[in-house]
Amino acid sequence: MRAYIPGYDLRVPGSLTEALGLLAREPGIWQPFAGGTDLMVLLEAGKLSHKRFLSLSKLADLRGIEVTSDSVILGALTTYTEIQRSSVLQSQFPLLCAAASETGSIATQNRGTLGGNIVNASPAADTPPALLVYDAEIKLISERGVHWLPYHGFHTGYKKMHLAPDELLGAIRLPRRAKPWRQYYRKVGTRKAQAISKVCFAGAAQMEAGTIGDIRIALGSVAPIVLRAGKTENVLRGAKLGPGIIARAKETLSREISPIDDIRSTAHYRTRVTQNLLEEFLSQLGR
Amino acid sequence: MFVPETVGKIGIECTVNGKLCRLQAYPMARLLDVLREELHLTGTKEGCGEGECGACAVLMSGAVVNSCLIPAIEADGEEIRTIEGIASGAQLHAVQEAFLECGGAQCGICTPGMVIAAVALIERLPHPGDAEIREGLAGNLCRCTGYQKIFAAVVRACEPAGTNSQERR
Repeated sequence: MRAYIPGYDLRVPGSLTEALGLLAREPGIWQPFAGGTDLMVLLEAGKLSHKRFLSLSKLADLRGIEVTSDSVILGALTTYTEIQRSSVLQSQFPLLCAAASETGSIATQNRGTLGGNIVNASPAADTPPALLVYDAEIKLISERGVHWLPYHGFHTGYKKMHLAPDELLGAIRLPRRAKPWRQYYRKVGTRKAQAISKVCFAGAAQMEAGTIGDIRIALGSVAPIVLRAGKTENVLRGAKLGPGIIARAKETLSREISPIDDIRSTAHYRTRVTQNLLEEFLSQLGR
Repeated sequence: MFVPETVGKIGIECTVNGKLCRLQAYPMARLLDVLREELHLTGTKEGCGEGECGACAVLMSGAVVNSCLIPAIEADGEEIRTIEGIASGAQLHAVQEAFLECGGAQCGICTPGMVIAAVALIERLPHPGDAEIREGLAGNLCRCTGYQKIFAAVVRACEPAGTNSQERR
């Protein structure tokens, strides 16, 4: 059933100071509203339980992509379309561009934001695996101040995260790596456009003469949170690629994930596909 | 008696198809409903209402968006083009002409959104490749045509006037 529209408030503060002031005075009352591509779907379905929202649309401080010598900093309101059109992201962070291009349709990509994808906290979100692989850091802002923390560990459980009611996610920082890493991203969904992931896999590795110097693996839709596969990384880090180590890594990964049966797929299928994607990633590293 | 807590309507000012509009709407009213019910621009259709089908697509500051996912207040100060603003008076847009020529419409519910998506694509990429056309239309669902005639219409719309794509396809 559709929601009762007059029951919902959406304020549009004109500055970050005003927005943070409102959040500080009435913490928990106001929920941030970025592109709205998830919240408006819940509204239409009559499932949007929160009633008061704070639109971030006029907060210029949360927009833009800044490139420095050692990192790229994306404002939380950077859209999926802006991500795809950034030349520095295309060349150095291609997994993020791939994830942005596979999230929803062009209309969704024009509105949906990177910050929204993180704070919406869906375990099936497509950009977070790429962010984990890139060791992203996030900037939280409140009247109490600004602090940066690693994105890895931000989500603590299904739809739960280290974000206080008076805080906004302000920016996402991607450190630029000095040496080239081999990178891999694949989303498996029901159809090529629009589908929500059954499994989403991001991987990156630094290779040294057939040996894995360092590696990152992250997955969406196979756990209550977007998962960094640390145990599987530990099996692979420092290992020489070969059939034995690939089999061991697949076995470890299948125990590290905790997929469920739901409307989009089954735990069995997700486990099998996750292992296949790992094998495809590792096989490409060997070439 | 149960009285639900409500907020009042707010003033919104935006440009729709080149005309400045001042209207009152609830902040969270969908732009789709405001266009259809307040401005009587009923060319924009509601399909799924959850951002999956593209039937309600409009252009907001030149970018294609699903109007079912835009709260009215977010349209304040924006420039919006709906299907009613695509033709210049009686002169149809090249995309609309091509849809007619190629039989790109059947029941018509998806057509306004398809045309908007195609116009957005061509305004950004005047000579799109086949893959770019397919990607440009991927957010718009059609349950009648099987898509081939819509695709052919967009190809046709990108050709210089006077050429005939029917022989090529």
